[in-house]
Amino acid sequence: MNDQMDRLQKIFDMTDRIKMQLQCPMPELDYEIITLAHGSGGKLTNALLESTVFQLFTENDGIERRHDGALIPMDGKAVFSTDSFVISPIFFPGGNIGELAVNGTVNDVAMCGGIPKYLSLAFIIEEGMKIKDLWEVLVGIKYAAEKAGVTIVTGDTKVVEKGKGDKIFINTTGIGTLHPNADIRISNIKPGDKIVVSGQIATHGIAILSVRRGLEFESDIESDTRNLNKSVEKMLDLYGNQIHLMRDPTRGGVSSTLNELARDTKLGFELEQSSLPMDKQVSGACEMLGLDPLYVANEGIFLAFVEASVADAFVEDLRKHEYGQDAAIIGTVVEDHPGTVLIRSDFGGMRVVHMQVGEQLPRIC
Amino acid sequence: MLFICERLKNVQVKFISEFRDPEQVKLLLEKIKTTVTKRWSIMEVCGGQTHSLVKNGIINMLPEEITMVHGPGCPVCVTPPHLIDQAVELSQKKGVILCSFGDMIRVPGNSMSLLQAKARGADVRILYSPLDAVKIAAENPDKEVVFFAVGFETTAPANGLAVIHAKKMGIKNFSILVSHVLVPPAIKAVMDDPETRVDAFLAAGHVMTVMGYQEYFSLVEDYKVPIVITGFEPVDLLQGILMVVSQLEKGQFSLENQYTRMVNPQGNPAAMGVMKEVFEIAPQQWRGIGEIPDSGLRLKDTYQTFDAAQRFELKTLKSAENSDCIAGLVLKGIKKPVECPMFGKVCTPENPLGAPMVSSEGACAAYYHFATVFPDKTKDE
Repeated sequence: MNDQMDRLQKIFDMTDRIKMQLQCPMPELDYEIITLAHGSGGKLTNALLESTVFQLFTENDGIERRHDGALIPMDGKAVFSTDSFVISPIFFPGGNIGELAVNGTVNDVAMCGGIPKYLSLAFIIEEGMKIKDLWEVLVGIKYAAEKAGVTIVTGDTKVVEKGKGDKIFINTTGIGTLHPNADIRISNIKPGDKIVVSGQIATHGIAILSVRRGLEFESDIESDTRNLNKSVEKMLDLYGNQIHLMRDPTRGGVSSTLNELARDTKLGFELEQSSLPMDKQVSGACEMLGLDPLYVANEGIFLAFVEASVADAFVEDLRKHEYGQDAAIIGTVVEDHPGTVLIRSDFGGMRVVHMQVGEQLPRIC
Repeated sequence: MLFICERLKNVQVKFISEFRDPEQVKLLLEKIKTTVTKRWSIMEVCGGQTHSLVKNGIINMLPEEITMVHGPGCPVCVTPPHLIDQAVELSQKKGVILCSFGDMIRVPGNSMSLLQAKARGADVRILYSPLDAVKIAAENPDKEVVFFAVGFETTAPANGLAVIHAKKMGIKNFSILVSHVLVPPAIKAVMDDPETRVDAFLAAGHVMTVMGYQEYFSLVEDYKVPIVITGFEPVDLLQGILMVVSQLEKGQFSLENQYTRMVNPQGNPAAMGVMKEVFEIAPQQWRGIGEIPDSGLRLKDTYQTFDAAQRFELKTLKSAENSDCIAGLVLKGIKKPVECPMFGKVCTPENPLGAPMVSSEGACAAYYHFATVFPDKTKDE
């Protein structure tokens, strides 16, 4: 049932994305690739911005095209977060670096209990990047920003010599207002809390690996890059300060996030292997490549530490929301073994889930 | 088509899930408990088995009479440092693309690892198949592409096939740096060591899927030890353990096959054919153990032109080992990783002194990553 809903959701997303691409046909330009001159600040820079960025982001209220920054109205406490995106390849099953750059920062703001409102957008482009590719990335950004309900209000474009970058690097900074019910703090985590994951784990990392040169394999696994702010906002409406902490386990996967938190709280976490939601193909790919899914990157899920008494209801409600269909309780906070994350295997054996060392490498046989 | 794929996926999952059935695991553990009366040391030869035993927590669920000893069957762990140095040296040559299996690139040589060489500008690429290296060579005729051909009998056929393909396609800019090792001589080396405390072996199912098990009858006879060819899933491993324990308790020794769904007596003739065509048996250095006669492979004369060591006239450097590292004793099952004073303190996966701490299949890394903080039998020894 969940699989079916997930598939339907993917089809809706895909339709939206295609619609966006059709609505935003690439303008005709008299050059095909980005050159150093496009970053010089002169005529070509203006022409590039005019025909690409400003084409797509015209109706935004806040954007001050000719100014160095944006004036934005803010009330009360603000949440502020920044992130840089350097992924290779820049196009991957389920999205591109542009969508990732929007969703990544939107989600970071949401994890702090913020309702993301405005984004900045800065590019470092490697000379030689195809305008066609840049356009596709920009359309991805527009799509993701509209979906998350955030406005891009300021930005920057730099071009570096060929070989000094990898097609395109993007930095986004997000700002949002604090949800009135939110009280998200590491020190709120206490023994007995339930650890909830909002969706299937390891999807993004495996999708990227499936198209990385030299390690390609055929699958229909797609990155889970998506905005979590809408479902987080609804969960905060319902559960407020009973949500003690939220984190999106991106780089380093679920294990790294949990290890950091166990260390910082001086509490122990105990997970159940059998409760970890995972796509069958993803788990198959992990076995084939010799990777532990707990260490594989995610982009579209979050971990929540919630009051034990509301944990079941929390999961039930989360499952009603977009991207929450596979939500599950995966573990409990305990007083024992402070600083250590343990997992119970399907057979009852326990093992330590360590912090990841370097990048996970596919093993020989 | 999609429908068929979906069905195939389900069939496959069901097939594996039978060997991960918690009920079966419980039953087998009970049976082992009722069968065992004396203390026995059982070596699982393959690193994949070590990984599975520890990852699934089985190691801590066995009756205390049984000590699992982790054998030398981790290709990354036994590759001698001087070969890593050669790979590093090659990767730093101008115009060379050095391709390798993933977990090999973090292993420290005498000077550095391939990962460190990559950070200093070397073109080091992680591949899953050596055939992809041939493809890279075809696409980059102005570069020299070297594949670091590491592994046991399991990877030798694919590495051999890459050489055959390159020869057929007339690709001149492809070569392999060979560091192949063979399992039966390693079992002999373990048994010949007077300090060895191994009573029986779980032989490596994957290796025997390729090679069959004709060679193993003489090992059983010569050393009078039970050997059970065993798979990698929890049910496989526990069945294998039950089979050796039953033999040991009855004072018997014979070769048995637990992994019948994969292993037949003759192995895979096509794969062995490729190995025979390309490689011949040679003495081989094992990290931490030293040289074992007839325990490695080298390219035959007819394929010499594909030998990277010759093509680039690499110097054979001496393998210096870190004197604090007890890798050799661990690989022979004489010591447990936790008995090493460096374990987890000076030697960690971030800063490995020896190779068993690098690969997830290495005995030390497996203990570091997966051993529990709860009743840990390994600490009572």
